[in-house]
Amino acid sequence: MTTTITAEDIWGILEDVKDPEVPVLTVVDLGVVREVNHIEDNQWQIIITPTYSGCPAMQVIEEDIIKRLKEEEIEANVKLVLSPAWTTDWISENGKKKLEEYGIAPPQDEVDKSVLFGAKTVVPCPLCKSKNTKMISQFGSTACKAHYQCIDCKEPFDYFKCLK
Amino acid sequence: MTEKEALFEYLLRRADDSLILGHRLSEWCGHGPILEEDIALTNLALDLIGQSTEWFQYAAKVEDKERDENDLAFMRIEREYKNVLLVEQPNGDFGKTIIRQFLFDHFQNLLFQRLMESKDEQIAAIAAKSIKEVRYHLKHSSEWVIRLGDGTEESHDRVQDSLTDLSRFIDELFYQDEVDELLIKSGIACDTSEFQKEYRKNIQAVIDEATLSLPEKLWQLDGGRKGVHSEHLGFLLTELQYMQRAYPGMEW
Repeated sequence: MTTTITAEDIWGILEDVKDPEVPVLTVVDLGVVREVNHIEDNQWQIIITPTYSGCPAMQVIEEDIIKRLKEEEIEANVKLVLSPAWTTDWISENGKKKLEEYGIAPPQDEVDKSVLFGAKTVVPCPLCKSKNTKMISQFGSTACKAHYQCIDCKEPFDYFKCLK
Repeated sequence: MTEKEALFEYLLRRADDSLILGHRLSEWCGHGPILEEDIALTNLALDLIGQSTEWFQYAAKVEDKERDENDLAFMRIEREYKNVLLVEQPNGDFGKTIIRQFLFDHFQNLLFQRLMESKDEQIAAIAAKSIKEVRYHLKHSSEWVIRLGDGTEESHDRVQDSLTDLSRFIDELFYQDEVDELLIKSGIACDTSEFQKEYRKNIQAVIDEATLSLPEKLWQLDGGRKGVHSEHLGFLLTELQYMQRAYPGMEW
């Protein structure tokens, strides 16, 4: 007995593939999966786009996608496209909520970067929700994150940088 | 020179700039003046090496001679690398690294803005993606130039020396030859002379605020785009290529 699998089914299965660095997020939440195309029979093409140019997680994500779909007897080939360029705008609202619950401040609309020493982006603390926070470093534990500290509760936290 | 040959050269120039600068930045790993800057410089390195990977992958595809991005990055000899001299200069102190970064970031920013309009889709895609990261680099290096220049007497003197020294490599950023001419004609490359004035205005604004000065009429050095490098590149490549040369065909 064969069941006809649809693209919608594949999107659903891909929700099982977690981001290796932030395992509460799925690759679908991140907006990394762009297209799901049927080739023929049980062969499908998954189109993904990298977040940052040097992101080392992309290779793992590619392998995890192939592995997960193989478990459903689907032969997937994964293609990486650069255009249109990934932006944090593509992170789902649900994804942003999950980030915050995990303790990483989700991306905020940022002030103009070309203004040096300009107004600072207000990043609320994911733990105590205070807006009284300060940036420790523009560059954090991974390419996508900056390092912040809450002045009220004193806890340090990661901020997922806005990339537009 | 065919358009395909010119395109391959053009892509190597972009890839090598990012690879060599990325490598220099990676040398700071574990040696940063403070933890946050150790992380910042290595983050920049990662962005640049990621960008160079994209440029190399496209170059390999254009060349169509069964080489891949790793062969291009690690298995050429000095005269085959086409980066500008600026990026191969040694790190020096933190201030020198920042000045080098500052001079290069402003160039990359303006270059990628224009390459986003390239008639070559892949070049436009790489530029559009890279510029988002370059904007963070630019803010970081420019703010540090101001902090160090308009800092203590010692920080001011050190970065002024670095700026004087590295200013010898600015003109080469705008070097163009038959490779560029051919590609500019077909709308693939942009004419860097079109944004040279803007570049000078942009860096001067930061240099002024940093209470530094750019020396006039210093002898300018070039040759990188033709594979004629300073002695530094040889030493750099012995480290960069060590693993691939010692264990040919190795894989992680």
